[in-house]
Amino acid sequence: MFRNQYDSDVTTWSPQGRLHQVEYAMEAVKQGSATVGLKNAHHAVLVAFKRRPSELAAHQKKILTIDDHVGVSFAGLTADAKTLGRWMRTQCLHARYFHNAPLRLAKMSTELGNKMQLCIQGYNKRPYGVGMLMAGYDEQGPCIIQICPSANFYPCQAMAIGARSQSARTYLEKHLNEFKTCDLEELVKHGLRALRDTLPNEVDLTKENVSIAIVGQNLDFVVHENAAVEPYLSSIEGEERRGGAAQPQDDEPAAPSDDAPAAGEAETMETE
Amino acid sequence: MTSIGTGYDLYTSQFSPDGRVFQIDYAAKAVENSGTAIALRGKDGVVFAVEKIVTSKLFEKTANKRIFTVDRHVGVAVSGLLPDGRALVDTAGGEAADYRANYGSDIPLKYLSDRVAMYMHAYTLYSSLRPFGTTIMFGTYDKEDGPQLYCVEPSGVSYGYWGCAAGKAKQAAKTEIEKLKVQELSCQDLIKEAAKIIYMVHDEVKDKMFELELSWVTEATNGLHERVSQTVQDEAEKFAKAAMEEDSDSDEEDMS
Amino acid sequence: MAFPMDPFSCPPLWTGGPDPSGYYSFPQIQSRNASNFKGVSAGLKPQAHSQYPITTGTSVFGVKYKDGVVMAADTLGSYGSLARFPDLRRIIRVNEHTVVACSGDYADFQFLQEIIQQKQIDEDINGGGVTMKPEALHCWLTRFLYNKRSKFDPLWTTVIVGGMQDDKPFLGYCNYIGVAFKDDLMATGIGMDVAVPIMREVLDKKGVNEFTLEEAKDLIRQCVRVCFLRDCRSSSRFNMAVVNKDGAVVEEPTVVDTNWDIAKTIKGYE
Repeated sequence: MFRNQYDSDVTTWSPQGRLHQVEYAMEAVKQGSATVGLKNAHHAVLVAFKRRPSELAAHQKKILTIDDHVGVSFAGLTADAKTLGRWMRTQCLHARYFHNAPLRLAKMSTELGNKMQLCIQGYNKRPYGVGMLMAGYDEQGPCIIQICPSANFYPCQAMAIGARSQSARTYLEKHLNEFKTCDLEELVKHGLRALRDTLPNEVDLTKENVSIAIVGQNLDFVVHENAAVEPYLSSIEGEERRGGAAQPQDDEPAAPSDDAPAAGEAETMETE
Repeated sequence: MTSIGTGYDLYTSQFSPDGRVFQIDYAAKAVENSGTAIALRGKDGVVFAVEKIVTSKLFEKTANKRIFTVDRHVGVAVSGLLPDGRALVDTAGGEAADYRANYGSDIPLKYLSDRVAMYMHAYTLYSSLRPFGTTIMFGTYDKEDGPQLYCVEPSGVSYGYWGCAAGKAKQAAKTEIEKLKVQELSCQDLIKEAAKIIYMVHDEVKDKMFELELSWVTEATNGLHERVSQTVQDEAEKFAKAAMEEDSDSDEEDMS
Repeated sequence: MAFPMDPFSCPPLWTGGPDPSGYYSFPQIQSRNASNFKGVSAGLKPQAHSQYPITTGTSVFGVKYKDGVVMAADTLGSYGSLARFPDLRRIIRVNEHTVVACSGDYADFQFLQEIIQQKQIDEDINGGGVTMKPEALHCWLTRFLYNKRSKFDPLWTTVIVGGMQDDKPFLGYCNYIGVAFKDDLMATGIGMDVAVPIMREVLDKKGVNEFTLEEAKDLIRQCVRVCFLRDCRSSSRFNMAVVNKDGAVVEEPTVVDTNWDIAKTIKGYE
């Protein structure tokens, strides 16, 4: 019933120097629906695909506002995301109380990483089963930071996490050079196209299942839902999927296969 | 690894019949999976060089830095599990701040590395914890004691070094370091040698993309730990690449 | 180091060791001292905090000019009315855009100084940020001092933070009970009564935007001089600090020019 004898808790190293419990927690991220984050010179954008647990339920929120200058989208255990979100809100309030200034995002991610590290080194805890994309704007400009259950975090130019997110990452890598110079509207479109690439063919983005969040220069973090996302959706309506799939992705050496660990996780899981 | 899976390797608090604590060896194995880091102690300071393996081109250049400043005068390079490394850097920073609050002066490097070693060692004693999957190198320079370099391993041992290496290509890097007369070289030269070593030991087949991180704490930086300037970085990389080409040229000659 | 740590608590210097005062704690004396308070029967003593400053510095002054800030404080440490320490520096340079000056208890100032300097180190090694710019530091000091006084354990100090906040001059005040404000000119202690009217008169006429560095320095010198003549806890030796876009400099001490010629005409009081 166990895959091996070294995977039962986070305090056990495998002979290969791996932490299986942490790697399993990384898998939880892939259970969640996909979310994409990307930025240009002045703005950072999150788009997320919302699911609903049943026909009777509403679509579950995927984006949390943390402070005026920052918010997160997540994939994985929602309850864990809310715990971390509440902690981040507290940190931001502290910063505003003590320094009358927004919390620097590099500082927040470092401290979040240190907080999350605590629960991958002790027997009495489990890793957080959630991956997050943090979008924010501070004096360093806009930023997207990916946060993993392994307590790793990666400042990114663009990133996608969650179910079938490899397709989105492929899209992002292909268009990476366009983001920096494109305008906000185009940036959101890129985000939506990347997100759409993660969906099965019979599913499409609708105003019910998409959230869009934007933050940037002179623009507080704002989440668009329902009617507010319609204009954005209509702007990419009818386009062919997979970005018009100009070339097959076989010649992309940097793109790992869908089963490979999420990009960026190789650091903790380098052993094959 | 002589005898893995003998059933005595599941907990940190467990000795195997031949007297080993396997969990510590396994933690050391985690370090061996990570990019190579080296530190060299020259006559006028300490230099650090890290092979930062880039696993996705979506990441920013600033992602995954593995060289840290613990206190203004102390530089650190880590190899192994990065979150563990960051946690240690945080602890070390607390030690440095405490020392200053109590004694009003900069923390001596030996004391700092010993404190961090004790901390890491404590994580090898209990079944409820796991050892740090990190090797951490401390370097400093001051007028009285000159350059100093210590390296602390997951087991919690701390040794002083003239040159040390950790990570994937630890052995190869060590061999290269041994070829240098480190004691006689200045940091201006060592930074180039360090860059060259990282370029040499990098395995292009396994890890395509990598970035070279360089920093130093020297007489010239007034005993402050700093990342090297862009010009120094460029020069070092140029030197490293030139040396590599020379090598491959001479290889070809040998073949013909 | 970690952010959620209580930034107000000082680490215990000696725990678990022998109590040095233990040798002298005779039971009857203890009970007599404590008899006025509740909890005597339980052996509890009320906790006492400092209720007055000991070694003190007197007024400090600050004024904005068109490109920056000028601040000054004399170098005397008084022990009660005794002019005890002639060369205490009461203005510190925190970084290239911030200085802090302090009046009141000098030990409390030194305590504060160490915390501020460690904060600066923390920020330097983490690649800079906003938290040590003058406005943020002033905000932090306000929270700190107010929090301490709310525990009935104040730091007996009044601080002035001066510097450049994003290319604009900044001047902020906070006293030991947490009263804080920002203004174009300010002074602490007796200087509030003696120097502020002088500064205000000049600045009302001229306006900060017309005010030059030399004029600001002259004004500050005048304030220091007037306070030296009026304030019994002041000395003629003082530090001046200037912060502008070129950085923050705390100058070496100078002496106010005074004229005592008239002294020899006073007779009959020997």
